[in-house]
Amino acid sequence: MLKVMSEKELAQKSVEYRKKILKYIYQAKAGHTGGSLSCIDILNVLYNYSMNVDADRFDSPDRDRYIQSKGHTVEALYVVLASRGFFPETDLETLCKYQSHYIGHPTRKVHGVEQNTGALGHGLSLSVGTAIAGKLDKRDYRVFTVLGDGELPEGSNWEAALSASHYKLDNLCAILDKNTLQISGPTSAVCNTDPVDDKFEAFGWAVRHVDGHNINELMAAFDALPFEKGKPSLIIAHTVKGKGVSYMENQLKWHHGVPDKQQYADAIQELDELEETLA
Amino acid sequence: MDATIENIAVSQRANLEVFSGTLQQLAKTDRDIIVVTSDSRGSGKLVPFGQKFPEQIIEVGIAEQNLVGVAAGLASAGKKVFAVSPACFLTARALEQIKNDVAYSDNPVKLIGISAGVSYGALGSTHHSLHDFAVLRTINNLIVVAPADNFETEQAILLAAETDMPVYIRFGKKQMPLLSEDEKTFEFGKGRIVREGGDITIIGTGETVAPALLAAEKLEREHDLSATVVSMHTIKPLDYELLQNIAATGRPIVTVEEHSIYGGLGEACASFLIQNNFCNRFKIIGIPDEYTVTGSQTEIFNHYGISEGGIAAAALGLVK
Repeated sequence: MLKVMSEKELAQKSVEYRKKILKYIYQAKAGHTGGSLSCIDILNVLYNYSMNVDADRFDSPDRDRYIQSKGHTVEALYVVLASRGFFPETDLETLCKYQSHYIGHPTRKVHGVEQNTGALGHGLSLSVGTAIAGKLDKRDYRVFTVLGDGELPEGSNWEAALSASHYKLDNLCAILDKNTLQISGPTSAVCNTDPVDDKFEAFGWAVRHVDGHNINELMAAFDALPFEKGKPSLIIAHTVKGKGVSYMENQLKWHHGVPDKQQYADAIQELDELEETLA
Repeated sequence: MDATIENIAVSQRANLEVFSGTLQQLAKTDRDIIVVTSDSRGSGKLVPFGQKFPEQIIEVGIAEQNLVGVAAGLASAGKKVFAVSPACFLTARALEQIKNDVAYSDNPVKLIGISAGVSYGALGSTHHSLHDFAVLRTINNLIVVAPADNFETEQAILLAAETDMPVYIRFGKKQMPLLSEDEKTFEFGKGRIVREGGDITIIGTGETVAPALLAAEKLEREHDLSATVVSMHTIKPLDYELLQNIAATGRPIVTVEEHSIYGGLGEACASFLIQNNFCNRFKIIGIPDEYTVTGSQTEIFNHYGISEGGIAAAALGLVK
């Protein structure tokens, strides 16, 4: 069963997760570093505070579902699932290695992963279907999906956003990891999707903004779901790409940059120092 | 004058109508049967389904990518989901969703491509699906089926509802004659021999099996040639055992499909034959790589030799 963590425990957990994300990306020499660091606090609060899901009861039809639409930041999901007992953390030693199930995007071959994602713009439709099934079966489970701001121009997102409000899916919560950077530049320069709150509201969603690295704000937002009865909820999480490692923060090259030995040591040292302040 | 499908199919229904009726039968006793449509309930003959089972039909509007994604989400939660849309849109616009959300994620959605091939006739190439076998054959974990007659359609729908694999089924909207009173077995991956003969084999799929049968009768009547006719309703997995037996006779083989001559039934058969050292004389009939001629389905079929006369002529060309 989930032992719901306190705010302090969650804050400590986030640092631990950041170190593990860096460790396994460093070992694999591959991964989406910046985006994993921007969404990890969201996943931390979902899996250690809000969601009703357990490794031992993952086949329960009543479990809350998490579908990662921005599949490329799978390292964040892997370290959280490992810490929740879905698989031994040592499995991550095989990340991106020959014949490993732990590939660079989520697959259901890994225990705890709900859907195979990686092509962008798929998670919301999958979530809508899963949420409709919950309504049809009169089950209380909720469906969560993390979207990247870079993937929002995919038209399928907007098709799904329409269906979500048409079917009044207040059991669905999308969290937008709004780190404002994508592979070729600022999202506002590549294809501006702002004001994204107005757009989703116009599509019939209830929207809230949070600081996506503020544990307390994330907890409060998840506690308040659904924001409005009869409407799907969107949490716009304002985040920083590369959060927690000062030289990575807001730097485009860390989208899928892999730290070298010195950079890795510097990052871990910075996170160790942060960890001490939280003890 | 050549016989036509129309005048031998008068007592039969369109496969599309059989699909709709079968789905209603299933839904009566199984609340997990869910239909997802993209403004396609009318063209899918699903209006009665929607009236009888309003809670078992999900409408996403004209949004095929979302259609397939939502269907996959429903299937992952245990629903027996039929995603219904014209084959042309379903298998092109939503191809990535079919590949990732259905096949790769192993969500056992039943993808129903209605008005397949050139069923839409003069509406033109935007509405034709002559690519679906080719692209879907390359996707792992997907059964690809084109039932020929009412019997095969009903069986395919019943089997699809129960199988835990993703399935694509495509059919047209024209009345189709019953292929065989005798051959009443149907399983995915097993071709049906609907006519036995000793001189040549014609392998059809979907709505081309009926003209293949007419061609066989013509060959018998006018040329004293007897043809075996196979309904190869499952394009993938292909019935290699049956193909092996057919090829081993050494007789010529004609394949016929409502699809591009590239990448479909014919090339699938040819690939098997050549890799197993068979060198039977062989001809693929289908739609050639050109701007498809304007016309009704029947006119397009006749234009490209997917007809009693065209198939018989191709067969004769291999025999002589």
